[in-house]
Amino acid sequence: MKVTVCIGSSCHLKGSRQVVEQLQHQISMNDLKDSVELGGTFCMGKCQQGVCVTVDDKCFSVTPETVSEFFRTEILEKLT
Amino acid sequence: MRKFDTKIQHLKYKVLREVARQAWNDTLYDNLLDIPKLIVPGKVPTMRCCVYKERAIVSERVKLAMGGNKENPNVIEVIDIACDECPVGGYEVTNACRGCLAHRCEDVCRFGAITFDRDHAAHIDKSKCRECGQCAKVCPYTAIVSRKRPCQNACKVKAISMNENKAATIDNDKCISCGACVYQCPFGAIMDKSFMLNAVDLLKKSSEGRNYKLYAVVAPSISSQFTYAKLGQVITGIKELGFHTVVEAALGADMVALAESKELAEKGFLTSSCCPAFVEYIHKSFLELEPFVSHNLSPMAAIAKYIKETDENAKVIFIGPCTAKKAEVQKESVKPYVDAALTFEELQALFDSRDIDITTLEQGVLDNASYFGRIFARCGGLSDAVAEGLKEQGLDSFELKSCSCDGIEACRTALIKKSKNLLDANFIEGMACSGGCIGGAGCLTHGAKSKSDVDKYGNEAMEKNISDAVSVLK
Repeated sequence: MKVTVCIGSSCHLKGSRQVVEQLQHQISMNDLKDSVELGGTFCMGKCQQGVCVTVDDKCFSVTPETVSEFFRTEILEKLT
Repeated sequence: MRKFDTKIQHLKYKVLREVARQAWNDTLYDNLLDIPKLIVPGKVPTMRCCVYKERAIVSERVKLAMGGNKENPNVIEVIDIACDECPVGGYEVTNACRGCLAHRCEDVCRFGAITFDRDHAAHIDKSKCRECGQCAKVCPYTAIVSRKRPCQNACKVKAISMNENKAATIDNDKCISCGACVYQCPFGAIMDKSFMLNAVDLLKKSSEGRNYKLYAVVAPSISSQFTYAKLGQVITGIKELGFHTVVEAALGADMVALAESKELAEKGFLTSSCCPAFVEYIHKSFLELEPFVSHNLSPMAAIAKYIKETDENAKVIFIGPCTAKKAEVQKESVKPYVDAALTFEELQALFDSRDIDITTLEQGVLDNASYFGRIFARCGGLSDAVAEGLKEQGLDSFELKSCSCDGIEACRTALIKKSKNLLDANFIEGMACSGGCIGGAGCLTHGAKSKSDVDKYGNEAMEKNISDAVSVLK
């Protein structure tokens, strides 16, 4: 599974660092380093919806507050 | 508000804008020969002896705007017909000399070059004078002046001399492409080659991102530029040109600050890698010190490399204050990452070639880097960032003794000291331009406020430390 977080300026200001950090933390807690490829990219062109995160090309709008829920429903549950 | 420091820059800009405009319309090769008359209309000369000479010089500027002489590897070129063959007398005593009794000039001259005539007026013996300038400094009547050519005066690495026709020539074995002569020549006879046509071509072929994504990497000194508009408007303007997005080179600077501080702690002595003119200076004039140059890429190349590694469909154009970057992007080690380098002057020309008035645009956002990455744009910033990098990586036990060199003369002094083992420092921050990048030859304006503009921009960064800024990159 490929998860890409937008780290462009707009998303950065909306908290992409916290989103990346929490995803990194959750991925290692759940021992998913081998099955989830976490990456970053500068701008997905949907700055209004940031923080933009794609899971295998499907786009989601995530915030530092919703990232745990997002991880559970869109990553953890999809993998198990 | 004025956009440029000098009328030379304005003239250069008019040519760049016209060339770009024709290139966008695919009419450049049809209308190439008409551009000089478009820039110099009418019959009354405003700059030179006649409009024909003015147009001939504009033709040369057009050539440089289109990449210049391909046979010449240097990105800085002399327009020989524009060179006014200024006097080359060196230090001379003018008739302001009052034949005083003090003779400070004689006392200060270590070479015995000053003599006095029957009216007690001073004279300089050219065969003895070493051009140190001490006599001019001490004369109470400022009667001694330097008749050195402004280009030679600007070129502190002594790469400029006169040819048999009295026109300036550049010694490519010494030139570091810093552009000081470009900015200082009062006749605009020395110009940096422009790779703007490559940029226009890349923008057009990207088809607004459908074929590939074109990233603009902007230098932090942008914060001291385009002072007639808001930085956010400049960012929107860059996107309007057709760039996918804008990324701060300062984030590359954050990456470099961490890597360079680590390398410094391992090796014990280092010279900085971010200023391409400084690195080139070591390569050309202090070869024995080359092993000490940091092995890191420059901030521009570091962030461009990251962009290309994370997006296989990316192309990168760097936009900054620097003419030497145009040479850096041609290096084999950098070429794969950066597709073209532009200056702020060229960015202004590109905006206007598309009739983009940035003052009317909404403000975009630019925030990728930390405070420390951003202050790389001014002298001393890199040393602060390396100190922070050592701290954040728990390498505080290494005692940083930094020597921040403001301008290429200060760099030379530090490098000479180092080569004689007399330098009391373990890190040389080399900035070829006076003040750092904010003094770059490709800047639109060089203001007294530039440094405070950069510091203000640094303080506005959301991330206050380097590790936080780069944490998103892992």
